[in-house]
Amino acid sequence: MSPASGVKAVEVTGVTKTFPTKAGLVTALDDVALSVAPGEFVSLIGPSGCGKSTLLRLIADLDTPTAGSITVFGKSARQARLDQDYGIAFQTAGLLPWRSVTANIELPLQLHGAERAQRRDRVAELIELVGLSEFAGSYPEQLSGGMQQRVAIARALAERPELLLMDEPFGALDEMTRERMQSELVRICGETGAAVIFVTHSIPEAVFLSDRVVVMSPRPGRIREVVEVRLGDARGEALREEAAFFTSVTDVREALHGTPGAPAARGVESR
Amino acid sequence: MNTVLVRRVLPPVLLGVLALIAWELLVQLAKIQPYLLPAPTAIAKQFSAVLPALWSATLATGTNAFIGLVAGSILAIIVALVASRLRFIDELIAPVVAAIAVVPIVALAPVLTTMFGATSETPRRVIVMIVVFVPVFVNTLRGLRQALPVHRDLMRAYAASNWQLTRTVTVPGALPYIFTGLNIASSLAVISAVVAEYFGGLQNGLGSRITSAAANSAYPRAWAYVFGAIVLGLVFYAATLVLERLASRRR
Amino acid sequence: MNSTSVARTARAIALGALGIVLLGVIWEVYKLLGPAAGFELFGVQLLPRTSDVAMPHLWDMLARALAPANTSAASQPVWLAVALACLSSLGTAAMGLLVGAVVGFGLALVMLRLRVAESAILPWLVLSQTVPLIALAPVIVSWGGRVQIGEFEWQRWMSVAVIASYLAFFPVAVGALRGLQSPLVAQQELMHSFAAGWWKTLLHLRLPASVPYLIPALRLGAASAIIGTVVAEVSTGAKGGIGRLIIEYAQSGSSDPAKAWSPIAGAVLMGLAAAGIVALVALTLGRFRRNEVTA
Repeated sequence: MSPASGVKAVEVTGVTKTFPTKAGLVTALDDVALSVAPGEFVSLIGPSGCGKSTLLRLIADLDTPTAGSITVFGKSARQARLDQDYGIAFQTAGLLPWRSVTANIELPLQLHGAERAQRRDRVAELIELVGLSEFAGSYPEQLSGGMQQRVAIARALAERPELLLMDEPFGALDEMTRERMQSELVRICGETGAAVIFVTHSIPEAVFLSDRVVVMSPRPGRIREVVEVRLGDARGEALREEAAFFTSVTDVREALHGTPGAPAARGVESR
Repeated sequence: MNTVLVRRVLPPVLLGVLALIAWELLVQLAKIQPYLLPAPTAIAKQFSAVLPALWSATLATGTNAFIGLVAGSILAIIVALVASRLRFIDELIAPVVAAIAVVPIVALAPVLTTMFGATSETPRRVIVMIVVFVPVFVNTLRGLRQALPVHRDLMRAYAASNWQLTRTVTVPGALPYIFTGLNIASSLAVISAVVAEYFGGLQNGLGSRITSAAANSAYPRAWAYVFGAIVLGLVFYAATLVLERLASRRR
Repeated sequence: MNSTSVARTARAIALGALGIVLLGVIWEVYKLLGPAAGFELFGVQLLPRTSDVAMPHLWDMLARALAPANTSAASQPVWLAVALACLSSLGTAAMGLLVGAVVGFGLALVMLRLRVAESAILPWLVLSQTVPLIALAPVIVSWGGRVQIGEFEWQRWMSVAVIASYLAFFPVAVGALRGLQSPLVAQQELMHSFAAGWWKTLLHLRLPASVPYLIPALRLGAASAIIGTVVAEVSTGAKGGIGRLIIEYAQSGSSDPAKAWSPIAGAVLMGLAAAGIVALVALTLGRFRRNEVTA
């Protein structure tokens, strides 16, 4: 699965999503456009109700847009899901409690009919990658929240997807675990070279991880601004204390709160 | 460990022993007639005296209960699987099941005997099947509805088929509920297999032995058969508990 | 009850009726197409025989229910005899349920008050439900006509009621205990801060809190009381009840096969009626049952 060069990993054009509720029609997303290049790390950030999770679910074809189109590696979102072009991780790890760590990571391989020996080798690699070798035979209830989330990430990577969709995967973790997981994710992405769309509430998290941060506003959900973060590929723990990091954090914060005087021209998504 | 023993095991055991002693003393001292309540020692004596007959009767009733339990449970689980997928089927069956739950199903025994023949074991097994169906169906359906949205999303993201969703997510998640149903059903199976014999049909099980002993005024013997039925009930209950333990060990 | 819940109830009733009609259709279709001798596999009769004796037509059952019970001139129609027998059994079952509920609730109160009583009694209660103690019915029935205390003579129907009450008491005892123990620690501490004693806490907190648990327990208890009554009547042959009628009509067997179905239909309706009566009682307690638990 190697997409032709020049094809975007994700191309969202004019997407609108409305939900019928008791109070009438709610517009979760209004005319949203976004494109993500192969290997690029893009975060979606915004207050609750801005539609960032909805946008992710549309790209994953877990819901269908009311209007507009979404392509993933040049195919429809539905075809991309059927072809398993992406891996996904949710806010709750969503592990199956009756399966061991190994069996949970193995799940997608098993569902898609990979051979036993092949499965075993791949799972061993993945467990190594997320640093859980000692816990291969453990069950989810025996793991901490951070470890469960690492299993979920390993599971998302199982089929070597070129695109990772992550919906606040670290949202329920404590701050210390969270920073460690972010560093892990940066390393893993470096090793796999996958494009990532990452939904989050946290400004430092978005800045630390991303090439670009997409700032969204609620009611109706729209993209307000796209902040380019140019912090380079070598992101160590030291980065969190560098001035460039804080500058970007400030940029995103101002974009979020709509502070006047922010350099508005910067990296606004062209349609 | 010791405190668990003292607080959870000791009181019921103590109460049981005291009740047994009180029972024996009451019968001996108050000279209670055996038709009212035979002494535990008299029952024990009869128990060993009728042991061969008791064994064959227990086997007959136990077989009926077992076959009815297995057949009824399998049917209930299959129907629950269908009902969990097709809302219409669920709506069609739910009221009927609710009605069966409050109705004395054993009353069907005489007509089933006419339908299947008086020499057939089938009528009692059918009774057990119907009785067992209700708790297994209700609990299985409840369990199948427990699947978390995140697991459904995950399986959709994997482009998993309906059958894969059922096999890897829904059914394993429902297992604890299915076992709750089976626990209830295992006791009901023995109870209804015994009781169905009161309504006629083949006379080779515990129920008919109890009635005929009572009709001959051999009350300690009747009680001995009742204890046979109690042991059978406990065996069934214990067996489902062991099965549940085995199934949950794999998790 | 608002309009959507009315519509939902109507839909449930309609579909339930459709389910029953379907059962009837299956009956007639099998009778029409099924093999006359039924279906046997390895000597085990798997499917019933389809003769008029084994499986009478539904309309024959109905016609038989409307016809007189026997050939004597003064005979009641079958349906009337069945209805009267059901009423009598319903009365016995109600008596059993009443006794069972009172004993069960009392036991729950004792277990609530004394922790040691709970740990000593509850395991036995649970265990008693896993074994067929109802098998004692023929033995208990033999008390009838033999026990006499002064003016009081033990009647057979009382044996029946005792068995019914035994079956009814367990769900009530367990349901009541769970309900009485259901108030949160915070609620109990609130009562404590009001300096309310055990009885006042019981009256104002525990009793109202137990209602959502008691109603399903009573529903279960009523169903058990009905089953106990029918079974006990069968093993006693106590006159007047539906159990006796089930056996009696079944004995007319091959000569009058449709007759046996009337008392069975009666028993089914009796079970439904008992559940309906409990539901009506529950309606009057609507204020307390915001979130009913499943039994």
